[in-house]
Amino acid sequence: MFKIVEKRALADNIYLLRIEAPRVAQSALPGQFVIVRVDETGERVPLTIADYDKADGTVTIVIQTIGVSTRKLCTLEVGDSIADFAGPLGNPSEFVHLSAEELRSRRYLFVAGGVGTAPVYPQVKWLSEHGCKADVIIGAKTASMLIYTSEMEAVAENLYIATDDGSAGFKGMVTAKIKDLIDNEHKSYDECVAIGPMIMMKFVTLTTREYSLPTTVSLNALMVDGTGMCGACRVSVDGKTLFTCVDGPEFDGHKVDFDEAMRRQAMYRRQEGEATEKHNHHCNCF
Amino acid sequence: MANKIARVSVREQDPAVRATNFEEVCYGYNAEEAQLEASRCLNCKNPRCVAACPVNINIPAFIHSLAEGDFAKASAIIAEDSSLPSICGRVCPQETQCEGSCILGIKGEPVAIGKLERFVGDWSLDNGGKGSAEITPNGKRVAVIGSGPSGLACAFDLAKMGYDVTVFEALHKLGGVLVYGIPEFRLPKQKIVAREIEDLSRVGVKFETDVIVGRTITIDDLLDREGFSAVFIGSGAGLPRFMGIEGENLNGVVSANEFLTRANLMRAYDDEYDTPIYVGKRVAVVGGGNVAMDAVRTAKRLGAEATIIYRRSEAELPARREEVHHAKEEGIEFRMLTNPTRVNGDEKGWVTGLSCVEMELGEPDESGRRSPVVKQGSDFDIPCDVVIMALGTSPNPLLKSTTRGLETNRRGCIVADENGATTREGVFAGGDAVTGAATVILAMGAGRRAAKAIDEYIKSK
Repeated sequence: MFKIVEKRALADNIYLLRIEAPRVAQSALPGQFVIVRVDETGERVPLTIADYDKADGTVTIVIQTIGVSTRKLCTLEVGDSIADFAGPLGNPSEFVHLSAEELRSRRYLFVAGGVGTAPVYPQVKWLSEHGCKADVIIGAKTASMLIYTSEMEAVAENLYIATDDGSAGFKGMVTAKIKDLIDNEHKSYDECVAIGPMIMMKFVTLTTREYSLPTTVSLNALMVDGTGMCGACRVSVDGKTLFTCVDGPEFDGHKVDFDEAMRRQAMYRRQEGEATEKHNHHCNCF
Repeated sequence: MANKIARVSVREQDPAVRATNFEEVCYGYNAEEAQLEASRCLNCKNPRCVAACPVNINIPAFIHSLAEGDFAKASAIIAEDSSLPSICGRVCPQETQCEGSCILGIKGEPVAIGKLERFVGDWSLDNGGKGSAEITPNGKRVAVIGSGPSGLACAFDLAKMGYDVTVFEALHKLGGVLVYGIPEFRLPKQKIVAREIEDLSRVGVKFETDVIVGRTITIDDLLDREGFSAVFIGSGAGLPRFMGIEGENLNGVVSANEFLTRANLMRAYDDEYDTPIYVGKRVAVVGGGNVAMDAVRTAKRLGAEATIIYRRSEAELPARREEVHHAKEEGIEFRMLTNPTRVNGDEKGWVTGLSCVEMELGEPDESGRRSPVVKQGSDFDIPCDVVIMALGTSPNPLLKSTTRGLETNRRGCIVADENGATTREGVFAGGDAVTGAATVILAMGAGRRAAKAIDEYIKSK
C-alpha cells in the first residue's frame, strides 16, 4: 500500500496527490510515468510523474477526474493509501543523456496544455538544475483552469500564459503564442517539447514543422500493464508500430500519426461512459 | 498387480453451460475416483513417465501411495520435485510428456497422471499444505525477478536450502502468466494459484509487488547496493507480436495478451471491477496455440460468436488436444488453412472484418511442419468486429538495456547455459525470458536447475 501524504485541489476536477513511494522516487527521472491502481477493483491507470523527491521518498501525480478510476482516486484524502503505485515506467526524456556542456548551449521551448502542465514541470526543473534555459508556454481554456504557474515561474527562464478567452496572459491558442514568440519576439529554439491533450500536441507539431523546429511529444496512450506486455498503447511513428510504454512515452512529434492515436484513445469511451454512470448512481460523492 | 480397467473418466461442466460462465471446466477426480485410476498404474521398473517429466517427479511412487490411500505421502513425494502440483496438474501438456510415454498408452489409454497430480495437489492445499522439513537459514540473499512459474520454482527450492529469497513482481498480483494469461476456467485464481503461492511464503519466501526490475531498481542495484549474492531472471515472454498487415491498429484489434490480461488479471468480465473489455458480436482469433484457445474461449464466454483462424491444418495446431477438444465442445468455430491479409475497418476506424486467403500445405519447413502456401485467387472476407492476435511474443529489451554485461541472442532472448548461468556473473535466468514462449512446466524445470546452480555458485565464492 502507498500512503497519500499531501492532497491539493489545483483547479476544477484537477487534484495533486503526493504519495509515499521511496523506490519509485529514488529511480524517477523527467519524462517517466507510473501505473496507479486505487483499490482491488480499480483499473491500472498510467499517469505521468509531476514531481519526485528522493530525500523524502515521495512522488507527485496530478489527476484530472475523467473516468471511474480517476474519480475514485480523487475521493481519497491525506493518510489514505492506494493499492498500487508502480514505476517509474517508460524512458526518461532524451536530454537527461546530454553532457553538461550540451545542456548549457541548448534552448528549449516547452508547450504545456491543461493537466499536461504537471509533467512538464519536472523536465523544466531538471533542466534548470543542470544550467539549461527553457521557456515555457502554459495554455488553458480560461484562467481558472491554469495549474502549476507559480512552480513553473520558479524554474523557467520565461513563462508565458495563453488562455483561449484572454482571461489571463496572451489571448489565443498555444500555437499562436509559439508563432508570436518566434515571429515577433525573434526567439530561437533548438527543441520544442509539447505535453497536453493529443489534439494540442498535433497542432503544436503542425506549427513547429513550419519552423523546422524539432518537437518531442509525450503520448498518453491507453495501457493495461504499462510494462510491455499488452500492446494496447501501440502508436504509429514514421509508419512503424511502436509501444508507448516501452519505446516511449516521448516520441518525435513530427513522425507521430496523431489521428490514429486519437482514435485509439477513444476505443473504450462507450464502456467508460457506462461505468461512470453506474459509479455515479452507486455513490453520490460527485 | 495393476487393475485392468478403463481409464476413469473425469467429470466436467456441461459444455453448453460452461460456455456462458468462468467456472472451472474440469471438476477433477474425487478420492474414490483417484484411487481407482491410480490402481491402473503398472509401477514399471523403468518408468518412462519420470524421464518424460521436465521436473522428473517420481510418478509411480506417488501414484502407488495414492492407490494405497496415503495422500499425505503422495503429496510429499511430489513436493520433492514440484512446488506447484495443483497448477501443473491442470495446465501441463501431459499428453506429450508423462502420459504420452505411459506404457498403457500403447494399446489403450495412459494413466491419467495429470488428473492424479491435480487431485494430490488439491488435497494437500485443503489439508494444511505441503509442509516442509526444518529449514536452517544460511544468511545469504537471492533476488528472483518475476513471480511466474520459473521464478516461483527457483524461489521455493532456494528457500528450502536456507536462502533468504525475495521475489520482485512487476504487476500487482503474484503468479505471472498463471494470473494474467491462463483463464479462470482452466486455472482458478483464488482457489488454486493464490493458495499454492501462499504455501510458498510459508517456507519464508518474501514477495514485493509493483517492482519493475530494470526501472524501479536495476540488477546492478540488487547486487551492488541491496546485498543480494545472486539474481534469477524469470521475467517471462515479453511483447506481443502482430502480423504487420494493413489495418492492425484499427479500433477492435487487440493482442491476446491484452484481451486476456483485461479478463484475467483485471477481471473485466466481473461487473464489480472497473477495467473495460471490448468483445463485440463476432470475434476472430488469429493463431493456433494455447493462448489462442484461451482467448477464443474467453470471448465466447463473454457472449461473442468466436472463431479460430489458423494458417495450417488442424493436425499442426500447437495447442493442447484437450484445449482444442474443449473449445469445439463449447461451440468455437475453427477455420483452418486460412490466413488474414488485411484488417478492414469502417470510416470511423473500427474493425468490420478480415480479408483472408486460403492456404494449402507445401514442403516441411525447418520446424518439420509442412509450411502453408497461399492458394492463388482464393481471397475472401470474414466479417467480425474484434480481431485478437495470438501470434506469440518477442522479448522485452528492458533487462538487457539496464544490466551491465547481460547478453541476448539474435532473437533478443537472454543467453543462458543449461544451468541458467548468463553472461553476467551472479545472474541466472530461465523460463520464457530465455527460451521464448513455452510451457509452465518447462519454465519450472529451468527455475529448479537455476536454483541448484545458484547454490553451487554462492558456495563456491
